[in-house]
Formats: sequence, C-alpha cells, structure tokens
Amino acid sequence: MSDVAINTKREKKAQLGRYGKVGHVLNEMDDRLGVAKGGKTFMDKIFPDHWSFMLGEIALYSFVILMLTGIFLTLYYVPSQAVVLYKGSYLPLHGLHVTEAYASSINLTFAVRGGLLMRQMHHWACDIFVGSIVVHMCRVFFTGAFRKPRELNWSIGLTLLTLAIVNGFLGYSLPDDLVSGTGIRIAYSIILSIPVVGTHVAFWLFGGNFPGTVIISRFYILHVLIIPLVILGLVGGHLGLLVRQKHTQFKGEGRTEKNVVGSPMFPIFMAKTTGFLLLVGGVTALLGAFAQINPIWQFGPYDPEKISYAVQPDWYMGFLDGALRIFPAWSFHSFGYTIPLEVTIPAVVFPGIVFTLGYLWPTLERKYTKDNELHNLLDFPRDRPKRTAAGAGILSMLFMLFIASSTDVIANFMHISLNEVLLIMRVLVIISPFVGYIVTYYICKELQGVDGASQRKTPNIVTRTATGEYVAVAAPKNVNDQHVELEAVPVPNYVTSDEVVEATTSGVRTVER
Amino acid sequence: MSEHEHRTPVVFSTAHENDPHMQPAANNPDGMERRIALLFVVAFLLIVAFGYCYWVNAKAWTLGATMGGALFLLGVGLVAWGKYLMPKGPFVEERHDFASSDEEREAFAATIVERGGGVVKRRPVLGGLLGAGLGAFSIAALFPLLGSLGPRPKDTLDKTDWKAGDYLVDITGRRYNVNDMAIGSILTVFPEGKNDDPQAQNQDQVVLIRISDSDFTTQKGRENWGPSGYVAYSKLCTHLGCPVGLYEKKLQMLVCPCHQSMFDVRNGAIPNFGPAPRPLPQLPLKLDANGYILARDGFNQPVGPGYWERK
Ligand code: HEM
Ligand code: FES
Repeated sequence: MSDVAINTKREKKAQLGRYGKVGHVLNEMDDRLGVAKGGKTFMDKIFPDHWSFMLGEIALYSFVILMLTGIFLTLYYVPSQAVVLYKGSYLPLHGLHVTEAYASSINLTFAVRGGLLMRQMHHWACDIFVGSIVVHMCRVFFTGAFRKPRELNWSIGLTLLTLAIVNGFLGYSLPDDLVSGTGIRIAYSIILSIPVVGTHVAFWLFGGNFPGTVIISRFYILHVLIIPLVILGLVGGHLGLLVRQKHTQFKGEGRTEKNVVGSPMFPIFMAKTTGFLLLVGGVTALLGAFAQINPIWQFGPYDPEKISYAVQPDWYMGFLDGALRIFPAWSFHSFGYTIPLEVTIPAVVFPGIVFTLGYLWPTLERKYTKDNELHNLLDFPRDRPKRTAAGAGILSMLFMLFIASSTDVIANFMHISLNEVLLIMRVLVIISPFVGYIVTYYICKELQGVDGASQRKTPNIVTRTATGEYVAVAAPKNVNDQHVELEAVPVPNYVTSDEVVEATTSGVRTVER
Repeated sequence: MSEHEHRTPVVFSTAHENDPHMQPAANNPDGMERRIALLFVVAFLLIVAFGYCYWVNAKAWTLGATMGGALFLLGVGLVAWGKYLMPKGPFVEERHDFASSDEEREAFAATIVERGGGVVKRRPVLGGLLGAGLGAFSIAALFPLLGSLGPRPKDTLDKTDWKAGDYLVDITGRRYNVNDMAIGSILTVFPEGKNDDPQAQNQDQVVLIRISDSDFTTQKGRENWGPSGYVAYSKLCTHLGCPVGLYEKKLQMLVCPCHQSMFDVRNGAIPNFGPAPRPLPQLPLKLDANGYILARDGFNQPVGPGYWERK
C-alpha cells in the first residue's frame, strides 16, 4: 500500500505533471474533445491594436448589459393590458385606472429595490447598443472592411442593426405610458399605409383595430425572447465569421494581406476586452444613476384620447419622425383606393431604400470598381474619396432628418415660425447629401496631399536633469499607428524547451494515466 | 532539478521604450502597478459600499454610483494592466487562403451537381411531387397561422359607433347642455354608452368646440351642423392618428402635437399646415328639446389615417 500511496504535497504535484491542476484538467478535456490544438490557436489569435476595432466590442458588451438588466426587469413586469386600479407607492397616480403593464412598470420603478436603476440602465444600454452599432458600421464602411471576403458579415451586421432598432422600439412600448402608446399608434398607422396588404398586416399584428388587447403581450414575447434569440444567433455567426476570416488591419510596416499584426487573445486582448466589458457596465450604471431617462411616472398611463406635447421617440427613430414631419401632404386617391403617400414614402419606402442600398453596397462597389480581389488591408477613408463622400452624403441626410424631428422645438427656441423651419429643413434635407458628398470628396483629395495625414503627432518628451534643468526632446514627428521600428514576431510559446516544441510539431503525444 | 528550471521564459519587455505613448509605464512599471492596485482597492471599497446601500435600501442613485464607480475603476485598471504591463508585441499571425485546390473544388462541385443532380434527374416526377407537397404544406400552414392572429379588416376601419341621436358625453358619461360650455372652450366626447370602452375611446373620439354663440356653418352643405356655435370634429389626426389635442384659440386652429398638422376649425377643419392630407371629418350636431347636444348623424366619411381600402 505504501508504495503506491502518494503522501506528500510535492509528490502529488509531481504526479499531475508540469502544469499542475490546470494542465491536468486541460489534458482531460483534450482526451475527450481534442481542444488543445484549436485552443492554442484561439489563444494566439491576433487582434489589431487600432482603437476603431473596439467599437464592435462596445456593441457586444452593451448587449450583454441589456440581457442582464432585462432579465431583472422580466421578474417584475406584467405584460397585460387588463385594467387595474392603481394603489401602489407612487401617490400622484393613486385612484387611476391603468393597465397592469403600466402599474407593474411603476411598481418596478418605485417599490422594487434597485428597480429604477435597472430600468434606467436597460434603457441607456439600448441607446448605447444602437449607437455603437452605427459607429461600428461607419468604421467598417469607411475603411472598406466590408469588401470581399467579408460581404456576408456586412449583411449580418446590417440585419443586427435593423433588429436592434426594432427591439428598441418594442421595449420602449412595453411600459404602456402615454408617450410610448402614442408611438405604437403611429407605428400602427404606418403599417396601415402599406398598399394592398397594410390593413391585413396591421390587423394580424394587433389582433384587430388599434388598440386591441393583445399588442402588449405580443410585443413582450418578441422583445424578451424571439428577437434577442435571433440577435444572439446572428452575433454568434458574426463573430464566428470574424474568427474564421481573421481581422482586417490598416496598412503599415510589416502588415500585409497575408498576416495580422497586433496582440494575442490571451492574455493581452482578454485583459483589455474584459476591462472594456466592465467599463461599459460602469458607464451604463453611472448613467442609470445620474441621468434620468424615460420617466414614465411623469408621462402618465396611455389613454387613446390623450396626448402629451413635444413627444419625441428614442434617438434612433428620430430620422423616421423627421421624415414624416417634413414630407408634404400628398395622398394618392383613385379607383376607390388610397395610397397615403404622405406616410408610405417617408416611413416605408425611404427606409426601405436606405437599407436595401446598405445590403447591396458591397456588390455595387465590386461591380463598379471591377475589383474582385480579396482584401484584408483596410483603406484609409481619404484614399477612396468617392466611397467616403457617398457615405458622408447619406449620413448628412439622415442627420438632417434627425434634426427635423424637432421642428417644433427649433421654432420655439429660435422664435421663428414653424413654416419657416419646415421650409428650411426641407431644403437642408434635399441638399445635404450633395453638399456632404462634395465637401467630403474635396477634403479627401486635399488630405491625400498632406504629409503624415494618417499619422499621430507625438508629444515632446520633457526630462529633468540631475541639476534640475528641463530638457525637451522633440519626439519623432509623426508615428504610424503601429509600433515604430518594432518587428512583428509570432506569439511565442512561454516555454521553449525542446521537449515541448517537439511534441507540438510532431503532433504525437503520450498521455500519462 | 526543481520544475522552475524547466522553464525558459521568453524575455519580452512590457511597455516599449521607443513608443512615446508608453513612456511613463516603460520607465516605471512598478509605479504603474501601484496605480492600478489603487484603482482595484477603491473599486473593492465601492463594492462594499454598494452592498451596504442595497442592504439599507438607500436611494437609487447611490446604488448606481457605487456599482458603476466600482465597475468603471475595475475596467480602467484591467485595461491599463493589459496595455502597459503585459507583453508588448507587436505579434503577428499568418493568414491562409481559403480557396481550396482546383481538384478539390472540382470534386466538390461534381459531388453536388452530378451525384445530387443525377438522383433528381433520374426520378423527376418524385422530385416534382415532393416539391409540390412541401409547397402546398407551407401555404396551407400559413393560413391558420395568419388567420388566427387577427380578424380581417373588412370595413371596420371605415366606421365609428356614432349614429343619429347619440348624445355626446365626456369620459365620465356626462351629457352636455347648450349652456354648459363657454365660447372658446373645448372638450373630448364619445357617443353615450361607449365612453368606457378603450376601443371606442380610440376610434370614436371627437372634439367638441364652442366657437360662437349662434349657429355656425363651417362649410357649404353643413348649414345646420353647428347649433349655437358648437362644432364637433373627429379627434383622430388624418396623418397618423394621434389625438389632435391642442386648440390654438387665437388662430382658431386644432393642432396635432405629433407632426404639427393644423386644422382650421372655422373652415371645415381643412389642414392648412403640416403633413395631414385631409380635413378632420365633421360630426353634425343638433340640440334636443332640453338643449342637450346630440349627433344629428354619424360621420359621412372614414376617420383617421389613410389606408389602401379607404374609399
Ligand atoms: C449586435 C450588433 C453588433 C455586434 C455585437 C458587433 C460586434 C462585432 C465585433 C466585436 C467585431 C470585431 C471587432 C470590430 O471589428 O469591431 C465585429 C466585426 C465586424 N462587424 Fe460587427 N457588430 C455588430 C453590428 C455590425 C453592423 C451593424 C455591421 C455593418 C453593417 C457590422 C459589420 C462588421 C464587419 C464587416 C466586421 C468584420 C470587420 C473586420 O474584420 O475588420 N457589425 N463586429
Ligand atoms: S399624426 Fe397628426 S400630424 Fe402626424
């Protein structure tokens, strides 16, 4: 017995092998799943260091925050339009008949510990989610990261953006307060405006004429289960493609179409990206603590014949609201049928065109430039002036439409008549894509000639000598956004003893049992 | 031989001396370590404070401030650790072509086209029947699914509950007498008996305005629709169906707060600003023997926003 028993700690350790318990667990996993080879490759995956690659991470992490805070909310929210007498802890609403959805949202806000914080964090995370997707998409567009072979990931991304916007709208509707209820009413009328099938689609979705009794529970299941699942699946596909196709990178010393230069997954990227998750969570919590958002108790419950002044949707719906405001009242009526062009064009056709153009862009660009090559090196936006200008043109127009969603506020604030604001906004929306295009085009052309345009200026380095004298040494004037004069090296094995190298290269390994 | 001697660590510097961005950390990594440690300590204390705030049920902002502050500091510390104190590359990874060899492509395409195609070509009838069956199944499955989601619209959108003889009542069910409203006042009304029904509250809502003290005609052909200066219009905006809730007394305009359509109260509620394409339909009124206001008739056209089947 004593010859097999392992007595000392030291002996136990020796038995486990060089990498101790962790190594043992990894070996056991490898016996069953064969994770060693792929795992090593994954830990060595290189992530470019450029800041713009972090935008997608913000989107990812705000989605994580959305899921965590959202699960908390589902524990208290009741998706029902049944009318109850409110007698909770928020006194101004006492004695009012409100829907259970509204009552439970108010209850969640005031009676559940941490409830208000969670609601506000969830809403802020949503705004950050959509915002970071848009900015992430801009980086992908303006640097040409969508080109072959990444067209599919571009389409997945656009679908994610669409789903994020839709889910944001659905979630915003759930508390059934006066402002969001007005939003649902408008959405219903937009669906009605679709020629031929509009009324049928609206009746299917709402179970009849507005408001009906099922819309809140239908929105709920879409918002908390179906759309998040689809988003989750698509994010998985998005990142899976990213791993398979590897990252793009900017041009620069040592960077070619055939390699990726940056930091490895483990531990550097993992540390930074986990730090980022915590940062996004921290910022969201601070916003939730100090910046009030969507105070539904001030809006009051939804009531079909009531309306509040200066209603504005969440920011990502602003361009639609703006388009609806400034489009002229052109209803088409003939042969006993009506096409409400004043709604169909700004709220259905226009966004349809913008998104279709988005999906088609990689194909259109490939056709137009006759460039069918694979691209792993990114463009500097100034080097593709036409693409950059087109993107800037579309963004200018969307931005002007966003501004147009506050015509009434602008008129009040600047003391001009609503009529003038309307005219100005119409002109701005129409000319902005052209102005945006032309201005951007010439800025790009100009930048192409500027020395060191893609590079950072670096600060002088000030040192203090032993005698107390300060000396400023001019740093090299511009650095490429990569580590100057450093040669990229493959991710080293921490251990380089011959034994291990042999084992990994030959693929033959003895398992000690 | 102790196991430590097996290891031959690759020597990498952490922050790089010749990258100006890395200067402070490169010259003084221990100082950086101390700073990061400080962040982690403060974060830890904040988390303890968060626990305390939650325990005593403190104000919502204290929960967010402590939790957010802690997460933020942990995040900053971890990013700094990764950026300044971990091995600094740059490291490189090779990228390999996806495209397979010509033979492999050829073989793959052959498998799909010839093997698969061959099977179908040999039995075209079976293929066709299978396709027809599955197609029919999906169409048949679609009908109950869509059909049960909601009723067909038919003419429900064209109609309201208003009919001749309905008394106008407010949301509490109170009728209104000709002397009850001052000139320039406005009220939301429903057909009597429908004031509690949310569905009717939406579709039937009407604004009742008193614009003068004598009978008022807003348009030719509506000569006796406005007894004693009372006029009534559908409150559903003809743009997107928001309640037209604002009354600009000076201009005699009903204003929709959603997209600022304005309707001329004295002139048949014709829109003279904004995106609404049609006037608000007017409800003809009359007075009963005691002076109570009731509907002379229902609306003569559909209320609310436009849709395909709208006549
Ligand atoms: C749920 C929303 C999204 C999440 C969570 C997300 C996340 C990410 C992450 C973490 C990356 C890698 C790092 C980076 O390049 O930033 C990435 C890459 C990418 N994303 Fe997204 N993204 C989202 C939406 C979008 C959208 C809206 C588009 C464009 C329409 C898009 C297109 C791409 C493309 C083409 C890549 C590969 C880029 C490259 O390798 O350089 N993504 N995404
Ligand atoms: S809904 Fe009234 S103006 Fe748009």
